[in-house]
Parts: sequence; structure tokens; C-alpha cells
Amino acid sequence: MKSALLESREWLATQRWLLPILILVGFGLAFAIPEYGWFNKYVQLVMMYVGINIILAVSLNLVNGYMGEFSLAHAGFMAVGAYTSALLTMKVLPVLDYPALFPIAILAGGLMAALFGLIVAVPSFKTRGDYLALITLAFLMIVKSLIENIDYIGGPRGIPGIRKLTTLPWVFFWVVVTIWIIRNFVYSKYGRGVLSVREDEIASDLMSVNTRRVKFLAFAVSSFFAGIAGGLFAHLLQFISPRVFDIIKTTDILIMVYLGGIASIGGSILGATVYTVLLELLRPSTVAALLFWLPDVVFEPLNEHFIQHLGVWRMVIMPLALVLVMIFWPRGMMGLREFRWFIPKRDLEAHHPVAEHEGKHDVPHGQ
Amino acid sequence: MTFLTASKVKHYFGGLCAVSDFNLDLRSGELMGVIGPNGAGKTTIFNLITGVYQASEGSIQFKGTELVGKTPHQITALRVGRTFQNIRLFRDLSVLDNVRIAHYAQADYSPLEALLQIGRYRREEQRIIENSQRLLAIFHLEALAGETAKNLPYGLQRRLEIARALAIGPELLLLDEPAAGMNPNEIDLLMEFILWIRKEFNLTILLIEHQMKLVMGICERIKVLDFGETIADGTPEQIQNHPKVLEAYLGEGPVG
Repeated sequence: MKSALLESREWLATQRWLLPILILVGFGLAFAIPEYGWFNKYVQLVMMYVGINIILAVSLNLVNGYMGEFSLAHAGFMAVGAYTSALLTMKVLPVLDYPALFPIAILAGGLMAALFGLIVAVPSFKTRGDYLALITLAFLMIVKSLIENIDYIGGPRGIPGIRKLTTLPWVFFWVVVTIWIIRNFVYSKYGRGVLSVREDEIASDLMSVNTRRVKFLAFAVSSFFAGIAGGLFAHLLQFISPRVFDIIKTTDILIMVYLGGIASIGGSILGATVYTVLLELLRPSTVAALLFWLPDVVFEPLNEHFIQHLGVWRMVIMPLALVLVMIFWPRGMMGLREFRWFIPKRDLEAHHPVAEHEGKHDVPHGQ
Repeated sequence: MTFLTASKVKHYFGGLCAVSDFNLDLRSGELMGVIGPNGAGKTTIFNLITGVYQASEGSIQFKGTELVGKTPHQITALRVGRTFQNIRLFRDLSVLDNVRIAHYAQADYSPLEALLQIGRYRREEQRIIENSQRLLAIFHLEALAGETAKNLPYGLQRRLEIARALAIGPELLLLDEPAAGMNPNEIDLLMEFILWIRKEFNLTILLIEHQMKLVMGICERIKVLDFGETIADGTPEQIQNHPKVLEAYLGEGPVG
């Protein structure tokens, strides 16, 4: 039974042609679900959150997983993207007449976030580990207070009344783009450079890797997609304020990354999905509905003191979850492993050369 | 043309003079050894040549290019390869990726080409894989391409490190104690091996070593350092009978 399961997994791993078909089917579903109302609005909303969180987790994994730094700035980049694209769709671009301008606004948000990413990359040349983590935290706080103090963009009140332009197909589109581009990055010389910086920066430099350049690129790509996610988020929630992009938001993304597993795109996809769905299940009404079978003596006090205040308890439960995952499950769901469909074929073949090179042992001997 | 020259190189760590007035004139194709007691400044010299440290004073030139002031990856891209005294592989990465990473400067494509998989990206990646596999095959590591580097036995890790250093396509190879932790039998094999790679890859080699058997056996010229100063320079025969060398290694004056 078990071997049959393993075999079918092996078989599935080699059927790479399924991936483009699945993407096409996904696109079809992304259009069909809202069109025919296959799920209610709430489930559709959760699906879009899952997509946005996948973008956030996969992009943060580039810095925190592949490069091995601990960046806390992701919500800050998200804020930059959200504010940039929201201001564009509200004040500059006539999106009402030309809805096709929406992706341009999102793209602009991503580019602006990437620009900020380059600024954060500079201290990473000289600083590593805890100190860099502190710098990224400082960056997050600076972005937040900057927004709070610029009245033109609403200050602490935020921006209400953003148009709801984010749709399921757009979210799906950007998820595919994010995964594809980050996967291409990871399996290029730049991605391997990022990995080698994590392993041993001096040795990496001495193996001809331009460490500054790869750090620049990693931060730029990572923050670019955080900005994209921010833009999608703003046009889904229809309201943004500095409070939305605080350290709690960063913590959420961190948990997704570490739950899914570092240095794994597949892990981040799983982590973001599982975490988002769990978070939705933790709503008071859902939990109350799930625990209704408890005797009243237990249920009533539990309901009154805990379940009704889950919104606050979340701030305790989620950081605790992060701590526990990092201590007891540092590899997460698939740390340092990857869906084989994401790995380029030439990489897979070169890493399993026995079958490939049988009978090729007439190479010159080392003497 | 001179291959590698160092003139009047000085390096200080705070107030400590780690290297003083180091001069070197390495000819193309030569195999030179650097020996000296612990703390004599041997590895510091490698770090100065490869740009890990910037020389406080003096000049180091490789084929007419000044190295002082350049970063390690710039110097490496000029085809200067090195290994480390304590093995510094990318431990959690595969054997193949260790070698592939060293192709960074040779892989000729831009970030945009990589992100969108266009232009030279695919061709270059294929070339890097083929070259890495060729190197691994030469070192009999091809069957271990998918293995994580830290899982290799010590001897294979040493070999992989040399394969990785050769992946940058060096003309000058710096070997930092290649025989560390080897038994006499393995040292014999290593000596043959070093001579073989020199011929096969057209290398000029500078090596640091404590194993006299290896240094005296294969080096054409030897430089002896003590407390950052060069105390002797010559052929193995000259070095073996040099009074200052005997003094540095065995101590001053007759015993008893």
C-alpha cells in the first residue's frame, strides 16, 4: 500500500506536462468561480487572501530562506506597494474607463517597493544576522511613521474608498508570475550565489560570486513581489492604513515561511495556504460552531473569556506558533526540499547522474 | 611577462605586524611552496593575494594587474583560485552546486535574462552543468553529484574543494595546506595528483604546507616565513641546509 503510494508520487513527479495544464485549469477556475458563483463570496475572499499570502511567503523566502537572513521588513515593502498602487488608481490612472490600467498600477507598486528594497540591501553588505534583522525592523517602523505623518496620503487615518479591482483571475495571474520568476531566479547563477552567501560568504566571494550584486538582486526581487501583493491587498480590502502593515503582518508572513519550510517555493505555497485557512478557522463564530458539543459548564466560560476575544488572543497564539515552529520544527513542512515540478529538468538530471552516465568511466584518472 | 609579483607587502592587524616586507616573484608554470611555523603569516599572504585582506602597504600584481584594492570576486574572476586550510565548502549544498557556484563569473547572462529565461540563460546554464560534470568526473565525484557536500568523507571533501577551485578556470592556484589530516600514503597520492593537475590545467601553483615530505618532494622553489618575515628563499636543497631555517624550526644554539 505504502509503496504503491510512493510509486504514484514518483510517477506524478515525472509527469511535468501536467503543470501547464494545471495552470490553465486554474485560470479557468479563477474565471469560472466568481462568474457562476460556485462558492460564496466569503470563500472567494479567502481564496484571494490565500493567493496574496502565497506571493508574500514565496518572496520573503528568498531573503529569509535562500539567503538565510532574517528580514522583518516585508510588511513595509507591502505598504509601499499598497500605497503606491492605491494612489495611482485613485488619483492618477483613469481605471474606471480603462480597467486594463490596473496591472500597471500594481506593477508600479512593485517597482516602488523594489526601490525601497535596494535601500535595505545596502546595510546587508556589511551587516548580518541579528543586526540586519534589527535594521529591517527599523525600516518597517520608519515606513509606518512616514505614512502616518504624510497628510496627503491620509496619515494615520489611511486611505478609504479604494476601488475593488482585485479579482480572483488577477490574483491567480500574479501568483503564477511570482512563482515562475522566483523559481527562475533561484535556479540561476544569482540564486546559487544567494545560497552560497548563506553558506559561507567569504568562500562565496572567493568563488567569484559578486556577493553585493546577488544581495541587491535578492532584496529587489523579494520586495518587488511584496509590493505586488500589497497592491492586490489594497484593492481587495478597499481600505489601507499604516496599522494594517505593522509588525503583526510581518509575523504572519514569517510564520507562513517557517511553517512551510525555508528555501522551498513549494513549502511557502503550502505554508501560506495552511496558515491562511487556519487563521480563518480561528474566527469566534467558526470556533464556537466547532466546539458547540462541549457541555455548557465548559463551553459558556470558554466562550465568554476566550472564544469571543479570539481577535486579541490571535496576537498571543500566532507569535507563539512562530516560536514553537522554529524550535521544534525548524524545517517546516518541506524545508530545503522542493516540488520536483519546479526544479528545471537539467538540474534534476545533473543531480542524478548515475543512470545518465553509465559506462562513461573511461575518464582520465587523477594521476 | 612576470606572472605574480609582490613587492614590499606589509600587513598589520591592529599593532601587530603579520607580514612585513614580503616579496614574491612567481614565474608562469612554477610550483612554489611557502613554509614556516604556525603564525608565520602564510595564510595571511593568501588572504592578501585573494583580496580577503587589503595590504596595508606594498603592491601585488598578477599578470600586470594590481590586486591591492580589488575585491575577492574581482581577483577570482582574473582566474586566481584557492582552497582553504580548514575546508570551506558550501556544506548544505549539493556537490554539483558547489562546483556550479564557482562558475559565477564565467556564466555570461544578465539578471533579466535569468528571471525571464530568455537569451543566453539556457545555453549558459547547460554549459555550466557540462563543465561541472566534466570536472567532477576527473575527480571521480560524478556519481556523488546529488550528494550534500557535508555528507562526503573528509578526503573527498578535500578533493571537491580542489575541483571547486578549478571550476573558476584558474591560471594561478593557491593551495592552503592540501595535505592537512592525511596519512603518508595519502600524501604520496596527493603529490602525484598536484603534479598531474598542474600539467592538465596549465597551472601555476603556490602552496602552503607543513608536511615537509610534500614540500620538499614537489616544490621547485620554497619560501620560508617566520613572524611575518621572509627568512629564506631557494630550492629544496638550499632550504634544507639553511641555518636560519634550522633555527626557526629547531630553536637557537646547540642542545645541552
